[in-house]
Amino acid sequence: MNLHLTDDDLVLHYYGEMPGPDEARAELHLAGCAACQTNYTKLQRVMAFVDSAPAIEAEPGFERVAWARLEPVLPRRQRGWLAWFVFSPARLAFTAGIVMLIGAAFVAGRMTRTPAGVAGTPAQVASVEKVRERILLIDLGEHLDRSQMVLVELVSAGDSKGDVDISMEQSRAEQLVAANRLYRQTALSTGDARMASVLDELERVLVDIAASPSTVSQEDLDIVRRRIESKELLFKVRVVSSQVRERQKAAIQRTTQTTLGS
Amino acid sequence: MPQTDASAVALARDGDSDAFRALVDRHSRAVYRLAHRMTGNPQDAEDVVQETFLKAYRQLGRFESRANFGTWLHRIAVNCSIDLIRGRKHQEMGQDANDLELLDGGDDQRVDPSPERLMLSSEVQERVGRAMGGLTAMERAAFVLRHFEGQSIEEISKALGLKTNAAKHSIFRAVRKMRQALEPFVES
Repeated sequence: MNLHLTDDDLVLHYYGEMPGPDEARAELHLAGCAACQTNYTKLQRVMAFVDSAPAIEAEPGFERVAWARLEPVLPRRQRGWLAWFVFSPARLAFTAGIVMLIGAAFVAGRMTRTPAGVAGTPAQVASVEKVRERILLIDLGEHLDRSQMVLVELVSAGDSKGDVDISMEQSRAEQLVAANRLYRQTALSTGDARMASVLDELERVLVDIAASPSTVSQEDLDIVRRRIESKELLFKVRVVSSQVRERQKAAIQRTTQTTLGS
Repeated sequence: MPQTDASAVALARDGDSDAFRALVDRHSRAVYRLAHRMTGNPQDAEDVVQETFLKAYRQLGRFESRANFGTWLHRIAVNCSIDLIRGRKHQEMGQDANDLELLDGGDDQRVDPSPERLMLSSEVQERVGRAMGGLTAMERAAFVLRHFEGQSIEEISKALGLKTNAAKHSIFRAVRKMRQALEPFVES
């Protein structure tokens, strides 16, 4: 049999994925064909090279960061829901925020509710969507404002010589991480790459802060500050925050026009 | 901290978050390594780590204590990586292997590196990372599952939701690109 083995044949042979009869044919051919043997050796060398590359490792302290991101979103188990609130004021505040958001959505739903027994017109459905958009924008705006405050406080924290207590900022950062992740994923899924990118940078800093000890040395605080400043994170958050406010205004106008028009 | 994974899982099932944290501490790096290989970037890898542990936590009740927690988690991580990759099919814009040469073009690393330099694992890591960066998300996933995870083409086609032939050709294309990108350095 004179036909040479193709590159793809060699790949199947390498991974042992050739059907039985073809495998035997390939073995036989390789044993007697210098050209195919050379080609196969080249493939083996590349694969060995790939195997010799160490996998990319996570940054030092990754476990702590992973836990800081994970812990706020873990569903609670049997310890009792009351204990969850009692032992964590941060979670209580976060939950209160969510409850307020749902409440606002409910009120908005009531305000734009279709009369019983009457199917919603396209205009009414559009109106409800606009109110929802407004609520989401308001919530995102507040999230960005709260994040800005945490960043500002850290950047301007006192230049003492000793350790610095950042427990307040840490607690607030912990609350903001989970919400930030949801906003980032929403921005990604809606194709808002710029917003997603800023939220991603923000999330990394928030996670670092949340995972820090409650008291940090001046050097550690300087590292956090430099990180915030080197990426101009504060400026970027301010820019997107102001854009969100503009979108809020536009959404309000659209909702008002819809309401007046209906 | 619980001594074994089995005891940590048992405690975590009863709501002990410290026990679950111990599992995260022990296994998150391994999950990250796999996720980074599969997805090719740190941000996605971090998201996969989070999703993996979140799913594991939700499914702790289904975990059989006789099984190996690391292996079970590894399977979840593979599925989470695949979910992420399938969700981003629209980003299938990997570069052609020929483009890799262009990417390397202005770089002094294009000059044949000495064997000493190639021996450095970070150099090898960078070369392989660059070559894998030239694969599309699907090619990369198929290649990682076949080459590093030892899955058969049949299994890969099921995992990635592809026809067997499509999975096979994803691997062929991936290997072809890897060879084009790496052979000059391996043979030098």
